[in-house]
Amino acid sequence: MINIASAPFDPGAELSAFEKKASGAGAVVSFIGKVRATAGEDTVKALYLEHYPGVTERSIGEIESEARQRWAIDDAHIIHRVGELQPGEPIVMVCVASAHRREAFEAADFLMDYLKTKAMFWKKEVREGGEAWIEPRKEDYKDAARWRGSARDDEEE
Amino acid sequence: MARILFFGKLADAAGGRSRDWPLNEATKTIDDLVSALCAKEDALASALNEKSVRFIINEMIAPRDAAISDEDEIAFLPPVSGG
Repeated sequence: MINIASAPFDPGAELSAFEKKASGAGAVVSFIGKVRATAGEDTVKALYLEHYPGVTERSIGEIESEARQRWAIDDAHIIHRVGELQPGEPIVMVCVASAHRREAFEAADFLMDYLKTKAMFWKKEVREGGEAWIEPRKEDYKDAARWRGSARDDEEE
Repeated sequence: MARILFFGKLADAAGGRSRDWPLNEATKTIDDLVSALCAKEDALASALNEKSVRFIINEMIAPRDAAISDEDEIAFLPPVSGG
């Protein structure tokens, strides 16, 4: 399930619902990404996230399909915030269920790497010292490249 | 009239998230459209000409030389960054 949320969500409630839904699975892995309160020396006042309705959902759907091709996962749930967020608020949550832990860990790791670098979101940090649009760091692209070897990545890179 | 969408920092450079733009004989491809948009605005010109900018026509990723027509929705995307 893919959910682009314009209002804050409760990760505990989401995980609990996911766990119930995936009751037959032997392993459930979840990750929560949160808004940092600092950017280097500067203080972050807010984070603003925008997306391209329709196209963004499809780009995440493609990422999820690729995860399902690569790992035997029973279920996946991706929630991603848009709009204005405050420091400490969750931005993204990924839940993966599988028969055994390895698939769930790896699929969740893959989903996050691709959400950071391929899903269609744009984010702006509003800092004490001004505003800045954030682009993936070198480390983010390097993390995503760890999964290279699929047909899709070969085409792109 | 084509519908043009700007995302992220490109919306800042364009001074808005969308605009309607009449296409004519001189704007047959995305590349032509970039030239037409850039002819009037310097801030937008440098932003749209960055190599990292990608293009979408009617919700499908398209190359810079892709043909466009007057009913299209054309989006300009800076590098994405989720999570």
